[in-house]
Amino acid sequence: MNLHAVGVVYRKELTEWLRDRRTLISTVLVPLLAFPILISGMISLSTVLIGSAKKEVPKIMIIHGEDSPGVVDALRANKDVEVVAYADNWKDQISDKQIRAAVEIPEGFQASLDKGTPQTIQIHYYEGEIKSEFGAEHVEKSLKAYRDDLVKKRLEAKNLPDSLIAPFDTKQHNVAPPEKVGGSTIGSMIGYMVIILSMTGAIYPAIDLTAGEKERGTMETILSSPVSRLDLVLGKFLLVFSASLTTAILSVTSMGLSFAYMGHALSNSANASGAGIHMNLGLTSVVAVFLMALPLSVLFSAVLMTVALFAKTYKEAQSYLTPMTFIVVIPAVASVLPGVELNPKLALIPILNTSLVCKEIITGTYHWGSIATIFASTCVYAAIAIFIAVRTFQRESVLFRS
Amino acid sequence: MIEARSLSKRFQDKKRGEIRAVDSVTFTCQPGKIYGLLGANGAGKTTTLRMLATILEPTDGTAIINGFDVVEHPEKVRANVGFLSTATALYPRLTAQEMVEYFGRLNGLDEVTLKKRIEDIFHRLDMNGFRDRRCDKLSTGMKQKTSIARTLVHDPPVMIFDEPTTGLDVMTARTIIGFIADCRNRGKTVIFSTHIMSEVERLCDHIGIIHGGKLLEEGTLAELRAKHNEHNLEEIIVKVVGPLANAEA
Repeated sequence: MNLHAVGVVYRKELTEWLRDRRTLISTVLVPLLAFPILISGMISLSTVLIGSAKKEVPKIMIIHGEDSPGVVDALRANKDVEVVAYADNWKDQISDKQIRAAVEIPEGFQASLDKGTPQTIQIHYYEGEIKSEFGAEHVEKSLKAYRDDLVKKRLEAKNLPDSLIAPFDTKQHNVAPPEKVGGSTIGSMIGYMVIILSMTGAIYPAIDLTAGEKERGTMETILSSPVSRLDLVLGKFLLVFSASLTTAILSVTSMGLSFAYMGHALSNSANASGAGIHMNLGLTSVVAVFLMALPLSVLFSAVLMTVALFAKTYKEAQSYLTPMTFIVVIPAVASVLPGVELNPKLALIPILNTSLVCKEIITGTYHWGSIATIFASTCVYAAIAIFIAVRTFQRESVLFRS
Repeated sequence: MIEARSLSKRFQDKKRGEIRAVDSVTFTCQPGKIYGLLGANGAGKTTTLRMLATILEPTDGTAIINGFDVVEHPEKVRANVGFLSTATALYPRLTAQEMVEYFGRLNGLDEVTLKKRIEDIFHRLDMNGFRDRRCDKLSTGMKQKTSIARTLVHDPPVMIFDEPTTGLDVMTARTIIGFIADCRNRGKTVIFSTHIMSEVERLCDHIGIIHGGKLLEEGTLAELRAKHNEHNLEEIIVKVVGPLANAEA
């Protein structure tokens, strides 16, 4: 291997890569802008939707209840809802968003209450429709308040303390530091995104430097130069690898900043209700995820180049590499499924192992044995992939396929 | 000097089985001379020249280029060869100068020598007007000049041209023909393939007629004319190749 020749090839490929407008769009602009646009769009949209849903006083309908004025009065007294006159088509009205919810009071409800026979009031609403859910929530609050008031009065009548029905309270207390809470929220997603993006970042240059060269007629030009096939492949490979890393770094930086902004925005909006959402990620964890993704990125770059080399044209290469995206997505998605945990067998499955270990690292858990196994095994796979890429570059039947 | 020794190339084709693209071809090209390789499409010209340039590896036989064996020392052979064909395109996003510099560096030239060599070649080929223009913005003539500069930058003693004027306009073709003649005048060993008989008559010191992968006839133009009692080169080729071509049909 001639390092000078590898460097010359790499520098030339880098120059061409940086001058390609498509590269700038796919490697730099898309990863940098996609997440901020997506996340700020999501926040703006949800703020608008939730805001308008909260502003609205939901119309509700009471079904029956003529013989139970107490509960009906309690509902009417709630200023957060507007009780409209009963109509037989209440179900359609909920579906058509004319009313948000309907409360069905069983016949003889009041009499049953007096006798102490338990009854169930049904709240009808449209699941998934945020304004209907808010309406049902308001109704439930009113009914709970009415029920608590009844209980209190009954206890007072019998001179019994409130603690009789609530002998003790419970309160949850989180001991995990904020970064681990954030990690558990988005940890699995970070690893998944690094893997997917490091692959997507490698696809375009892998095609351009192999099938693209064949299509443009420059493959024969470069093969007539004294550079060895090994040096040529390594120079090209380094460029594909650089592109893969650049895309992943830009994407994760953009994603991290977007998440930080989203976490800040959500915390602010949730402070009123007392619930905070933490989206902080430790820098160490993010660096560790990148280190774990490095050999995987090498593996992707080498495999994509090898496969794309078989194609004669850019289009043909794209048709070969599209199915490969699914091969990568499936194990990456499997790792974010609940219940899929790292074990010695899974630690040897490429992609899935890195995705799983990234999930652990982000949540602050470092199993050094697993980390070493995964790093080493992925390095071995990557080395095999580079070896195959070099061998493929030496096959005339592939280079001059007709 | 080029010495092809029983040079052969076989390909495997799924439908047609084994194909002998080049079958035991032997010839010699001397420094300061131009060897013309003539033949129809699919005769084996391109495969022969690609083997000489070490882009393809011979299945049997070998060739010695300026003292280096194409099988044993392909990288040293390539350092001694300038290869130009219609299939050797330029990198579209590099400028003409960057293209030539890239090949100079790949040939191991140091920066001082490279700069000197580029100034000399760009002056000789009148390329200074477009040296900083990207290759995808060059005219066909400018591209051909850049390709020539790319083959010359390491000053190789052996030049291989595979149908270098195919598809070019008259003016650009003239530039190439002039360049080939200049290579001979500078003492380089030159081999080139073509379909254009006037180019052969104007340039070639020695001619080889190839068909079906076999070298059927070889000699100077005068020798071939005398042997076949025919002045017109095209008629000579028909006489040599015709019986075989008719048998194949």
